[in-house]
Amino acid sequence: MNNYREILKTKTVGIAGCGGLGSNCAIALARVGIGKLIIADFDVIAESNLNRQYFFLNQVGQKKAFALKENITRIDPKIVVEAHDIKLDPDSIVSLFKDCDVVVEAFDQAAMKQMIIETVLGKMPGKPIVSGMGLAGWGKNNLLTTHKFDNLYICGDMETEVSEDLPPLGPRVGIVANMEANQVMELLLG
Amino acid sequence: MKIILNNTPETLDGIEKLTVDELLKVKNFSFKMLVIKINEKLVKKEDYATATVKDGDNVAIIHLISGG
Repeated sequence: MNNYREILKTKTVGIAGCGGLGSNCAIALARVGIGKLIIADFDVIAESNLNRQYFFLNQVGQKKAFALKENITRIDPKIVVEAHDIKLDPDSIVSLFKDCDVVVEAFDQAAMKQMIIETVLGKMPGKPIVSGMGLAGWGKNNLLTTHKFDNLYICGDMETEVSEDLPPLGPRVGIVANMEANQVMELLLG
Repeated sequence: MKIILNNTPETLDGIEKLTVDELLKVKNFSFKMLVIKINEKLVKKEDYATATVKDGDNVAIIHLISGG
């Protein structure tokens, strides 16, 4: 399919969270020419984020949503990016992402993951949501997979929770973020 | 009864139907943070005690895990 960029440039993807999952997923979708990204995060870039998140040392202290928009634009200025500096809740998820073709869950806390999955499944019928779950530590490539539950897609190993012994790190978080982007492509292109 | 649990066929011997709470106990699900669907429909936490699972149902019980 050589016309994939023609199709993708008509599509809009919402990304909830601009950390390890969200920043890398957004960049992957930008590189394949997605039409529009709606990105949201309330946080500020810390130096400790640079082990996995798609930001640069000179961006430490900046708002993640706005810095990510800048990085996407440096790759492809044609991509429309709507960046929101906001802590998402059920109401803002529905209002920001209602016109998206797919929503990507890219939070770090389990409670937030639960909140957005319940919101999209409960209040946005038919909307596909792609989630990242189980990505801590390193190695174990072959445990990373995608589980489909109707219009909910979960990428990751569904086991490894972040802890002191199992930090979130660039390689494994990056794999899952790119799995999410790859799943979005499959949903959009068939 | 026979159900599909997380895309895998399961047989629960001697049980005709049970609540979501009971299913969690029977299958030893211990995580607190869950998303549960029965036949593609979301079941909210406050309904775990009353929502029932019966023969032929397709049930998804998803653990929410921190990290991102």
